[in-house]
Amino acid sequence: MLKRVHFGPSILPFLLVAPQIAVTLVFFMWPAGQALYQSFLMEDMFGLSTEFVWFDNFKALFADPYYLGAFKRTAFFSFVVAGLAMSVALMLAAMVDRIVKGVFTYRTLLIWPYAVAPVIAGALWVFMFDPTLGIFAYALHTIGYDWNHKLNGNEAMLLVIMAATWKQIAYNFLFFVAAIQSIPKPLIEAAAIDGAGPFKRFWTIIFPLITPTMFFLVVVNIVYAFFDTFGIIHAITQGGPAKATEILVYKVWYDGAVAIDLGSSAAQSVILMAIVIVMTVVQFRYIERKVEY
Amino acid sequence: MIENRPLTTILAHLTLLLGVAIVAFPIWITFVASTHDAVRMTQVPLPLWPGDQFFINLKTVLFEGVGGKNATPVWLMMTNSLIMAMMIAIGKISISLLSAFAIVYFRFPFRMGFFWMIFITLMLPVEVRIFPTFKVVADLGMLNSYWGMTVPLIASATATFMFRQVFLTIPDEMLEAARVDGAGPMRFFWDILIPLSRTNIAALFVILFIYGWNQYLWPLLITTDTGYFTVVMGIKQMLESAELAPDWHLIMMTALLAMLPPIIVVLSMQKMFVKGLTETEK
Repeated sequence: MLKRVHFGPSILPFLLVAPQIAVTLVFFMWPAGQALYQSFLMEDMFGLSTEFVWFDNFKALFADPYYLGAFKRTAFFSFVVAGLAMSVALMLAAMVDRIVKGVFTYRTLLIWPYAVAPVIAGALWVFMFDPTLGIFAYALHTIGYDWNHKLNGNEAMLLVIMAATWKQIAYNFLFFVAAIQSIPKPLIEAAAIDGAGPFKRFWTIIFPLITPTMFFLVVVNIVYAFFDTFGIIHAITQGGPAKATEILVYKVWYDGAVAIDLGSSAAQSVILMAIVIVMTVVQFRYIERKVEY
Repeated sequence: MIENRPLTTILAHLTLLLGVAIVAFPIWITFVASTHDAVRMTQVPLPLWPGDQFFINLKTVLFEGVGGKNATPVWLMMTNSLIMAMMIAIGKISISLLSAFAIVYFRFPFRMGFFWMIFITLMLPVEVRIFPTFKVVADLGMLNSYWGMTVPLIASATATFMFRQVFLTIPDEMLEAARVDGAGPMRFFWDILIPLSRTNIAALFVILFIYGWNQYLWPLLITTDTGYFTVVMGIKQMLESAELAPDWHLIMMTALLAMLPPIIVVLSMQKMFVKGLTETEK
């Protein structure tokens, strides 16, 4: 952690960490503390008086069917997005491993959705599926299906899932390619000599050897689906229709900014922070001691 | 290549082409939409092949904006996005370099305390502390300013960790040699550490530029003055203000412009991008 050879004591190191610590204290610690404090307060209807209510905000949340609904929805949404984005990416990465020519070209063409902002990805997909004009809505109409994600909650969820998955494939793909490439070639060659075909080699050698990457990606993808999809949902559905696509992070924002229920919003923030802390700990555990063979 | 199986190779290419088609199709549709005029964009089915209005739409969007007379021109939004992205990327890199330097090369009281404090920022994404942070920024009078849009986002645990890792791999002899030659700490930092971590700085810059450019929720909350709107926010405003009859050709042109800079950065610095991605996350 510390260099064996290092500089002697002086005021300098304090000055060096000062900017980072100042930003952390003012914009991270203090607001997080505020959120924690506020989650124990309740304002009256007009915001004139506040009362310290202990855990009432949390109790109210866990008794609130809307909040529990948002919780379940978020779990469903993030597992589907993580599962889809990872399986598609893994399949493409396995295919890239099979070919000799054009690897660079394919990689180039596959990675750039990573650079597209979530809200822009949302705009693209909402345009393609616009019920009156969208190209896919039109295609569906010609085969006799009326697509309208503005009215149908399941279709709205499907659209949000597609946009979120589309954006995340690139990231997973890069990690899977790197993981597959780091497998020693003699392992694969030995299996080939023993008569194992490409499919069998994938499931018995490649797949088990990339499980550490897979664990890591599961955490990253779930964090992505939890927090980074705000822009996608804000652009496509605004949480609707009838809250069908309202995930936790969207609800925090909505309850705070639109419904102005700061106590409840703060309590939700605190719950989200707890979730992030758990996920960060899990992630670091896996990085500390990678799965060994 | 382990063995020669032409059939599976063809299958692999076909799957990859399908993947590329799925990934690229939304962008193609965006491009096509940006090359047609308003009339064509209201007729079903929408075109799949580019028209000839690209430069006309480009000019409209860049200099007039979308959504009537008071619209913010997109060149201004792009400039704001660029300023925000650069300030976030450079800010994060600078303060992380400095704190990693202090933590690795100095023994001082509360060293580990500071380290853990930086670590904790990893657990507090802006989305979960958004309103209290907003209040702090408002109290400091930083609403509607580039400082307000960037400074609250520049603390970075991942960047600090990465530079810490890089510094730890630099041999101790470097410092000993520098000391023998009479270099002080800052001299050592500028003339040895910075040049040695140049590729890492570049790799991190690519990732952070994209991160900064794509910020959405934070600038949305902080800015009410249209002069500070970023292009990523602008798209949403356009979708909203035109709920009934959106000018899709202009919105898609703006979307195209909004994703261009980060895509160019990723594609032109692909090696750096992959390096930055895999090293900051692991």
